[in-house]
Amino acid sequence: MGVKKEKHKMPEQPPEERIHNFNEVPLGYPVEVAVEEAKRCLQCKNRPCTKGCPVEIDIPDFIKKIAEGDFDKAVEVLKTKTSLPAVCGRVCPYENQCEGQCTLLKVGEPVAIGRLERFLADYERMKGVKPPKIPESTGKKVAIIGAGPAGLTCAGDLAKMGHSVTIFEALHAPGGVLMYGIPEFRLPKEIVKSEVDYIEKLGVEIKYDIVVGKTITIEELRREYDAVFIGTGAGLPRFLNIPGENLNGVYSANEFLTRVNMMKAYLFPEYDTPIKIGKTVATFGAGNVAMDCARTALRLGAKKSLIIYRRSEKEMPARAEEIEHAKEEGIEFKLLTNPVEFIGDEKGVLKAVKCIKMKLGEPDETGRCRPVPIPGSEFTLDIDTALIAIGQSPNPLISQTMKNLKVGKHGNIVTDENGRTNIPGVFAGGDIATGAATVILAMGAGKRAARAIDEYLKSK
Amino acid sequence: MYEILEKKTLSENVKLMRIHAPLVAEKAKAGQFVMLRIDEKGERIPLTIADYDRKKGTVTIIFMEVGKTTKQLGTMEAGDKILNFVGPLGQPSEIEKFGTVVMVGGGVGIAPLYPIVRELKKAGNYVISILGARNKSLLMLEEEIERFSDEIHICTDDGSKGVKGFVSDVLQKLIDAGKKIDVVWAVGPVIMMKVVSDLTRKYGIRTVVSLNPIMVDGTGMCGSCRVSVGGETKFACVDGPEFDGHLVDFDNLMLRNQRFVEEEKHACKLLERRGI
Ligand SMILES: Cc1cc2nc3c(=O)[nH]c(=O)nc-3n(C[C@H](O)[C@H](O)[C@H](O)COP(=O)(O)OP(=O)(O)OC[C@H]3O[C@@H](n4cnc5c(N)ncnc54)[C@H](O)[C@@H]3O)c2cc1C
Ligand SMILES: Cc1cc2nc3c(=O)[nH]c(=O)nc-3n(C[C@H](O)[C@H](O)[C@H](O)COP(=O)(O)OP(=O)(O)OC[C@H]3O[C@@H](n4cnc5c(N)ncnc54)[C@H](O)[C@@H]3O)c2cc1C
Ligand code: SF4
Ligand code: SF4
Ligand code: FES
Repeated sequence: MGVKKEKHKMPEQPPEERIHNFNEVPLGYPVEVAVEEAKRCLQCKNRPCTKGCPVEIDIPDFIKKIAEGDFDKAVEVLKTKTSLPAVCGRVCPYENQCEGQCTLLKVGEPVAIGRLERFLADYERMKGVKPPKIPESTGKKVAIIGAGPAGLTCAGDLAKMGHSVTIFEALHAPGGVLMYGIPEFRLPKEIVKSEVDYIEKLGVEIKYDIVVGKTITIEELRREYDAVFIGTGAGLPRFLNIPGENLNGVYSANEFLTRVNMMKAYLFPEYDTPIKIGKTVATFGAGNVAMDCARTALRLGAKKSLIIYRRSEKEMPARAEEIEHAKEEGIEFKLLTNPVEFIGDEKGVLKAVKCIKMKLGEPDETGRCRPVPIPGSEFTLDIDTALIAIGQSPNPLISQTMKNLKVGKHGNIVTDENGRTNIPGVFAGGDIATGAATVILAMGAGKRAARAIDEYLKSK
Repeated sequence: MYEILEKKTLSENVKLMRIHAPLVAEKAKAGQFVMLRIDEKGERIPLTIADYDRKKGTVTIIFMEVGKTTKQLGTMEAGDKILNFVGPLGQPSEIEKFGTVVMVGGGVGIAPLYPIVRELKKAGNYVISILGARNKSLLMLEEEIERFSDEIHICTDDGSKGVKGFVSDVLQKLIDAGKKIDVVWAVGPVIMMKVVSDLTRKYGIRTVVSLNPIMVDGTGMCGSCRVSVGGETKFACVDGPEFDGHLVDFDNLMLRNQRFVEEEKHACKLLERRGI
């Protein structure tokens, strides 16, 4: 019997409907489809897929249990390695990770590992999550800074080892980028909340409204806690540094997404935080953040939503699925185009952007072709709103207030592969160490650091 | 949750509240601010720390009711609780012995000026305070500020108290009288800070202003609060809120503060309909 060459399709909200709401786009596998998809797995002995997963999920094992219809057991297998499966099953760039290693790629599409992971997490949530076993206390206390994926994962794992864990979070909600960055239609906030609930049930305490470095210093935390993990992310937005960037109508992706997602500006005036969206919205950049901005703009009522990117389609860093969804929704891509100036009216309101055409030159240090401007190719586009999504840098607050902490040239905290910084007892991981990366890499870092912290606590 | 321990009405639409927030009080310094959110649907707004009591674990805020959030806050009473209250944020004022400092406060800007006046006096400066408002009923904290000032000048636009005129007129007179001034602090409406900065620039007197752009997180994450200072983009919530007044692009700040006027008006109307 031959294996089906393609992944089973996942039902989705049709594009013409979904651009008018903030509900989730993919709807998840029904039970029968999940089982059929799981049956595509060859149960390879050398388990290549597992090596592609930064948190080393036992992929063939959980898939086997799905194929057998034993979903509870499958969840159990999954949860030994990840504490946020509903999140990863939705936002992981699996095409480059687990699925990118799948044997089935030789004959067609890989097993839909991400979709199966999501299926299980959703199955478990519907059923009501089993309260986790809380182990005996070791009497050791760990402070975690930042409730993003890195911090949450590290906290969950340490709690499972019996340590007493407190998370200190600057904002009023947990999840980091999962809450304030990634939009509702891609990652419903209820899901983030329920994943956080699970971690709290493990005994982790989350304290909000605490900006470490301001409200409390790391030195104070070190006095009270046996170890500290820094997972403060890459929250500092980059700007283009071109004229007119401070005009009204130009937002950083972070401001735009925070207003809409965390502060729920799409429900203004029921919620107090406003957002303004024009008829024509241009997003600069082509990563996941850019796709989120462009798609959010449509849902807020923009007539036209453009992605402006200085390289070509091949170099776009966003997940394949995001690009596809964006195209289906009618986002226009203006590639090999770079902005040079924002133009405003007499009231300081954005009305146009001047751009220049680019061509691809020699590859740069990242291996991607360096875009170079084509002289004399400038042109002007009328736009009402500009969203700058060209990346974020590590937040400098902690390193500024902890002078002896070793920091790299991009402001990232320097660690070894297990999250140890140059200061004993101080660990770090996620975007603050790597620069803006992915949810699963941040979780992987949190996991390895939890192990290193456990070793450190035992050796003390 | 952060309890309101005390509420006072300072003038018609200016209220003072003492909030229980021990961690903020512990670290607060003059010139810093908090971000607060009243309830689940609320906006995060910045307010300066007008005073703090480390022993009692309290932080004082003084705010003018200008829109939805501040009006709603104004209806809350002692015993009520605020959902989020985070700080102290921003860089503290630079407190040193400069010599003679002139402290200019306009309207609700008088409130954040007060702890700076106090600290500068304690640091051994000769402190001249100039307080101004549209009319008498909008003046506040005169006694408190006077206690830490060597000289105090009061002015109102309509002459209902002190001299009739603007704070910049009083400052000009001091300069004309040959007073040697080392540093000027100006905290108040953007236009006032601009006028004061333009004036002192002519005389080369260093001037510190405290900016009030629209903020969202207050931790350096969103860039909503960006201001142009000496041609460079700065984030007021982490790099400021105090900056060199001679370098600030006030016109851009004024425009940026108009970003959501229509939405703000709309939110206010809805609030009025609810009878607040
Ligand atoms: C819009 C957007 C879309 C994305 N889409 C994807 C995607 O589809 N797939 C994917 O894999 N990745 C995606 N990413 C990247 C991914 O979200 C990040 O790599 C990941 O969240 C990093 O996790 P983290 O825990 O290191 O940091 P963060 O998620 O940034 O969390 C850091 C937390 O620390 C808190 N904090 C910061 N400073 C302090 C302080 N001084 N004191 C206390 N708390 C502090 C912050 O408030 C925050 O809650 C996206 C990112 C964005 C912005
Ligand atoms: C660092 C800093 C310190 C401040 N200290 C004080 C203070 O001590 N006392 C005081 O009365 N006011 C202070 N302000 C101004 C105060 O934050 C605004 O008056 C308040 O946010 C208005 O909110 P609203 O919903 O009541 O009014 P809205 O109707 O929303 O707006 C009215 C005005 O407030 C501005 N504003 C609106 N939302 C914000 C926001 N999120 N952040 C900043 N400004 C906003 C608008 O530009 C507008 O001019 C300070 C501002 C900053 C940035
Ligand atoms: S966590 Fe991500 S990489 Fe790992 S198995 Fe799940 S989808 Fe694949
Ligand atoms: S590589 Fe693909 S087919 Fe092989 S075990 Fe992993 S998921 Fe199954
Ligand atoms: S308020 Fe968001 S960066 Fe300053």
